[in-house]
Amino acid sequence: MPVPKVAERFTGSVNRLTLGATKEDGGTRSATVTVGGARNVVYGGSAADTGEKPVIAMDVLDSKPEDWPDVLVEPYKDVLDSPGDWAKKCVEEFGAELICVKFDGIHPDKNDRDAAHAVKVTEEVLKAVGVPLVLWGCGNDEKDNEVMPKVSGAAKGEKCLIGTVTEDNYKSLTAIALADGHYLITHAPLDINIAKQVNILTSDMGFPLERIVTFQATGALGYGIEYAYSIQERQRLAALTGDKMMAMPVICDVGYESWRAKEAKLTDAPGWGDPADRGPMWEVATAICLLQAGVDIIRMRHPRAVATVKNFISQIWT
Amino acid sequence: MIIIAERINGMFTNVKEAIAEKNKQVIQELAKKQTEAGATYLDVNVGTAAADQEAAMQWLVETIQETCSTPLCLDSQKPGVIAAGLKVVNADNGVILNSTPLNKKNDEEILDKHIEMAEQAGPKASIIALTMDKNGVPQDIDTRVAIAAEIVSKTMEKGFDSRRLFIDTILLPVKVPNAQVQSGNILTAMDQIKYLADPAPHMTVGLSNLSQGATERSLINRVFLAMAISRGLDSAIADVLDQDLMNVLATAEMLMNKQIYSDSFLKVYSSANKA
Repeated sequence: MPVPKVAERFTGSVNRLTLGATKEDGGTRSATVTVGGARNVVYGGSAADTGEKPVIAMDVLDSKPEDWPDVLVEPYKDVLDSPGDWAKKCVEEFGAELICVKFDGIHPDKNDRDAAHAVKVTEEVLKAVGVPLVLWGCGNDEKDNEVMPKVSGAAKGEKCLIGTVTEDNYKSLTAIALADGHYLITHAPLDINIAKQVNILTSDMGFPLERIVTFQATGALGYGIEYAYSIQERQRLAALTGDKMMAMPVICDVGYESWRAKEAKLTDAPGWGDPADRGPMWEVATAICLLQAGVDIIRMRHPRAVATVKNFISQIWT
Repeated sequence: MIIIAERINGMFTNVKEAIAEKNKQVIQELAKKQTEAGATYLDVNVGTAAADQEAAMQWLVETIQETCSTPLCLDSQKPGVIAAGLKVVNADNGVILNSTPLNKKNDEEILDKHIEMAEQAGPKASIIALTMDKNGVPQDIDTRVAIAAEIVSKTMEKGFDSRRLFIDTILLPVKVPNAQVQSGNILTAMDQIKYLADPAPHMTVGLSNLSQGATERSLINRVFLAMAISRGLDSAIADVLDQDLMNVLATAEMLMNKQIYSDSFLKVYSSANKA
């Protein structure tokens, strides 16, 4: 009797979307990035079912970070004041496939920078690099609603990924992202039910489901990674079994979350090993773990961590 | 849930007349309305009145396909009528052959014929097989399960994927004398049928049959639907235009963790359910 085939097959798939608009497409990007398309879980099914390779979006902050540990500052020390040069370094030296401009500096509790600053940063980064951009607000609803529509307009037609919108604050950014031809990040606080609801709400406004990427919130290794993992896995299984409201590619924020961990940044801990390795390793472990759950875009920070994760991806997604 | 919308059936007067008068509009409107309401498949049954059932089946299939691409479920007790439909059907998104018993007194091989027809129709063609054989519809649980097991083993012998097989446990009208015990029996049978293959065959029922001739038809249908979903029912031939029924369906599936809850779960159910 032959051994039966036990590989699971699914009827649904993750949406495939292409970020970035080249000249022919009305933008100025030199390259586009396609994500999504998985028709099975990671390691499941045939090679044809794996979909597009996950990609790494390297973080560039709009304002010089004040609280980064030395290990993380070191590779960027010459460019932290200049988002354009910073982005260029990420792409040319560290192989970033996307740049995520994180507008921390506009937060009222941080630098409280205005929309003109954010627009200037956006234009600078667009000019400096040819890869598609992710444009990510500061998380303060009022300030994001004031600034992010202007950022969206500054990158009009470039098919950026812009966000984030939440259950309580989705209308203005959804409308402007639709008008400016961008893709949208829907954001839920580690809650699968809210995640689905945000997708429904944005889609009710006429935003196409095929242009949404979901962010379920990320927990780093030791700081809630199991919640992030199980929610991302659940979303992926829902996508694969045909739930169109959950069939979006997934983005996760590994860089910020990993470097919040004290194990990543504490220098005075001889028993924990060399701090120069520990931080990047924390980022790598978090990223590689979440990749198994089904992730399409990973936001990361340290160049060594990026190189290691890229190497891992290239061996699994051939 | 795979919902096979029941309304394009010659048993309904407006459909019967539309077939007789070749009135495309009536059929196409039903096709569109049922698709919008959440049908995964559209059942197509010419009824018994049509003079030439094979021609009527072909006319219905072509008429529906002019207006929507929802896959079809070709419904007849006569293999010739289904075969006629298969000649003109677009099976790219799937097609269901509805239905065949395990065997018949005058046709021992009818299940094999249906499997062969489905194989020829393409990789997405499925069959509905009834838990009934040449002795008729069984009254007890064990015989129902035994017939289902024979159907499953026959499809396995033929290398036919169990995911392309729907087992219909045959719902009898609850109002028929002595039939009231059957709905409970069917639920118990479902508990066992789902373990006959891995992956399990689909389980379906002709839901509206249950309330034939009874009062409170919609209520009877939807309560049984919820009960059966809790036992593993994953398909039904049903009235998708009955909004109460569809709401129960969405809620039961959500409660069984088949759909992720969201505050708008009722609203999105039908769109999330498309094949």
